[in-house]
Amino acid sequence: MIDWLALAVALPLLGAVGAVMLPGRAPAIGLAGAVLTTSAALSVGLLVAQGTALRSDLGGWGAPLGIALAADGLSAALLVMANLVALCISVYALDYFGAGSRRHFWPLWLLLWAALNGLFLAADLFNLYVTLELLGISAAALGALTGRPEAVGANLRYLLVGLLGSMTYLLGVALLYAGLGTLDLKLAAAALTPGPLAWTVFALMVGGLLLKAALFPLHFWLPPAHAQAPAPVSAALSALVVKAAFYLVLRLWVDLFGAVTDGGAATLLGALGTGAVVWGSWRAFRAERLKLLAAYSTVAQVGYLFLFFPLLAEAPATQRQDLLGAVLLLALTHGFAKAGLFLSAGLLQKAAGHDRIADLGPSIQGLPAVALAIGLAGVALVGLPPSGTFIAKWVLLSSAIGSGQWWWAPAVVLGTLLASAYVFRVLANAFERGPRHGSLHDARGELAAAPVSIGRLAQAVPLLMTLIAVAVLGLEAEPLWDLLQARSP
Amino acid sequence: MPAGRTPVLITQLIYGLGGLVLFLIGIWSFLVHEPLLRKLIALNVMGAGVFHVLIAVAYRGLETIPDPVPHALVLTGIVVAVSATALALTLGLRLGHGDD
Repeated sequence: MIDWLALAVALPLLGAVGAVMLPGRAPAIGLAGAVLTTSAALSVGLLVAQGTALRSDLGGWGAPLGIALAADGLSAALLVMANLVALCISVYALDYFGAGSRRHFWPLWLLLWAALNGLFLAADLFNLYVTLELLGISAAALGALTGRPEAVGANLRYLLVGLLGSMTYLLGVALLYAGLGTLDLKLAAAALTPGPLAWTVFALMVGGLLLKAALFPLHFWLPPAHAQAPAPVSAALSALVVKAAFYLVLRLWVDLFGAVTDGGAATLLGALGTGAVVWGSWRAFRAERLKLLAAYSTVAQVGYLFLFFPLLAEAPATQRQDLLGAVLLLALTHGFAKAGLFLSAGLLQKAAGHDRIADLGPSIQGLPAVALAIGLAGVALVGLPPSGTFIAKWVLLSSAIGSGQWWWAPAVVLGTLLASAYVFRVLANAFERGPRHGSLHDARGELAAAPVSIGRLAQAVPLLMTLIAVAVLGLEAEPLWDLLQARSP
Repeated sequence: MPAGRTPVLITQLIYGLGGLVLFLIGIWSFLVHEPLLRKLIALNVMGAGVFHVLIAVAYRGLETIPDPVPHALVLTGIVVAVSATALALTLGLRLGHGDD
């Protein structure tokens, strides 16, 4: 029997080593690693979809000394999303990087990928810490890849803030081990009882992770770091790395602290989420550059994810599954849509030489496939039907009103309005008069006439991703709910 | 047992509380000071605090061997902290922060 869980972590690591040893062939090795890793992740997803959660003790060493990997519905769904998005980013990156940064990009990128898969599959709290740190280090290194002072400065800050967050998380882990004598998620959850220890551990671990998940007002490091990174890296940071920290908060909330949290902590998370939705959307609306707009939009979307916590805390068991499905759907949709938006922004930036929204008209009209991708990403970010976001927001709103917590609704409405405003601000450029590069309707002619040669494959990638966000996840969301049923082995 | 246990508890307590104090000093210094080098040292002091707590947790008395799990965690933690510090220093050098 093949251990797909171990392969999903080992394959990208092997690829990273290969790309370091043969820098001349880094793109080929990287792409091969990407395809193999994604296949392993898809296999994990398919196995979990058959109804049983997976678990594997590496090298036959069980808890507490061994390293265990596990996948249930929640982690399998995020794993599959992350790997599909990462595969798309890899294909796009083939074209994007010049000969100089190529040899640095691929090893770091595969390392980040290994950390990401390890984080989704880790079954104990310390391995979560190690993967979290690996993720932070490789993400900051990738973000600073251009070497421009602004990028290096922003990502240095990202690195330091990430270290602060993970040190705080680690102290929580240490105290938990002091109190319970175990690091395994399942064993710890069974042993944890409400009391000062549980609350301290909860505050330290979740507090550290909120810093990494960039929940308002701890989001200050995100916009510059994400906006300054190269486009494929921005896509990975915004769509996947932030999502990993959110996954951890959700995982700890549901699996570890389920019995010891009360409504107060959930309400606090909801209130911070409200702030994130309003402030992030407003700053995205006011942003002058496309990548900064996309980064602030991530701040807002993280806010929506945290709005689910107060509802989860109050919901009866029957509704919990619905809410978990909805928050998962929102995270998956945002993953595809935001990565697609950043990759589109990268193409526009290449074509125009800048990403000032006000002056993007000619380039956006010269690249209709990119304009369509931005439009579709916008549909998903605003939450128009049939995108996955629409279903998620529908569940969010109906659950908020149904459970008498109507006060979460105005922020959702305001955030949605602001989102449509910032999306249309970008799209308005596509409909300005006097296109410079031929007619807007003749897509084929447009591609040929694009000023900087931008490969068709690179244009097709963001289009495909945003299509998945809008059509596939919106119309075929039901298997996700079935997948969540496979929670305990 | 009670006679042998008291010194263990006190040693453990001093070590553990010392670790917590180090962690707090580190956090305070990280938040207050601007220069990169001071922030990095502060992070490492925080890390040392966490490692102290873990070592205190591992101690099981003079006759018993210590719990190996926290020791493994400290070793891994040190490796991670060293790599992160190295990366931050490299990025800082790129920015010309080499002097502060």
